[in-house]
Amino acid sequence: MSRYSRHIILSEIGQEGQDKISKSKVLVIGAGGLGCPVLQYLTAAGIGSIGIIDFDVVEKSNLQRQVLFGTSSLGQNKAIAAKKRLEDLNDSISIIAYAEKLTHQNAIQLFNEYDIIVDGSDNFETRYLVNDASIITNKPLVFGAIYKFEGQVSVFNYQNGPNYRCLFPHPPQKDAVPNCSEIGVLGVLPGIIGSMQANEVLKIILGIGNALSGKLLCYNALTNDTSILKISKSQDTINSVLKDKDNFHEKQLNTSCDIEVIEVSIKAVLSNKNIQFIDVREVHEQPKIDDLQVTYIPLNELESNINKIKKSKNVALFCQSGIRSKKAVSVLKNLNINNCFSIKEGASEIKNYIKEHYKTVYNDK
Amino acid sequence: MLITIKYFGQLTEITHLEEEYLDFEGTQVSELLDTLYRKYNTLKTKDFQVAQNQELVDENTKLTGQEIALLPPFAGG
Repeated sequence: MSRYSRHIILSEIGQEGQDKISKSKVLVIGAGGLGCPVLQYLTAAGIGSIGIIDFDVVEKSNLQRQVLFGTSSLGQNKAIAAKKRLEDLNDSISIIAYAEKLTHQNAIQLFNEYDIIVDGSDNFETRYLVNDASIITNKPLVFGAIYKFEGQVSVFNYQNGPNYRCLFPHPPQKDAVPNCSEIGVLGVLPGIIGSMQANEVLKIILGIGNALSGKLLCYNALTNDTSILKISKSQDTINSVLKDKDNFHEKQLNTSCDIEVIEVSIKAVLSNKNIQFIDVREVHEQPKIDDLQVTYIPLNELESNINKIKKSKNVALFCQSGIRSKKAVSVLKNLNINNCFSIKEGASEIKNYIKEHYKTVYNDK
Repeated sequence: MLITIKYFGQLTEITHLEEEYLDFEGTQVSELLDTLYRKYNTLKTKDFQVAQNQELVDENTKLTGQEIALLPPFAGG
């Protein structure tokens, strides 16, 4: 029996459908939580040519959900590590790894090489870049995005349908929406959402069923609630992207923060006595730093707890890894609290440093 | 008119609930939003779109629906 016999015996697919799958070319943006299941199922299904673009490397904290990788992949580029695993899964297809960042400079040429684009990226700047490049190159875009226990799936720019800007016209204010690395995500959620994206890709190739064009599917893993919301097409958004297409390659991804966030080492912070320490982690997160007098305000409650911040002191914010504390500084600076900075180290390192260098720090007298 | 309001994603961290019922007499989606902004004062600072009876609408739309959903964008992947 052939590798694809279970597809071929389905009357909706048959040999003809499997041939369509084998002739198609799909580009997957990001080999992360969503990209891994998408790639796994598309490879197994026998998509003729699969492109993977990702500049990032595999970290241990990825393994909880990025199921193409194992401990032997740690430190390797994700596109290359994914290609290695996928070639073992199916050696009869072509897999191309692009170990680079998707930019306005390389997107158009890359998208032109493929039939369908799948967005598994993890930030808004890339998502809007992918959307706009799909419009310019006229490629269907299979969209998926996740937040904690919830996911969104849609098919954009397909058969004259709406695109991401018809749903959300502009990127949200920078730092307004946190991503998985900052707030956590249920490991199985990208597995579910990525599998739904792979399903949409196959339906588009085969021309069977109804693609999620003009619809946004919202899924909640905790309640199993699924809503499908209708999206109207806005020709204005498409026209404005197309109008600007000649300047597209000159645009830059703006990855730096609009607001300057000062990062300081714990060593430098402790040399200053007039400091209020604020832990912006969630209350359950460990370790707690018992040797410091700490004010506890989780990041998403910061705005409503401004009264707890002492204006007479310098405010040092910290979290588990130094990412949320940087966001917290932006939040405070937006509210005109400027005497604040982020501690570079995460809570464990801060605790260890204090243990090694001090008995108790009296900072709040 | 009794309206069911559904909150998605990070909006539930402001409202502390995923769904609520509101007896509302206004006629525009925007009026309903103003009421919600008064109830949840940080809601206004968030980006979201509104769906009325499972269809995304502009906030200047006439309020006809029994169900309003507030939908923020997700970045994660």
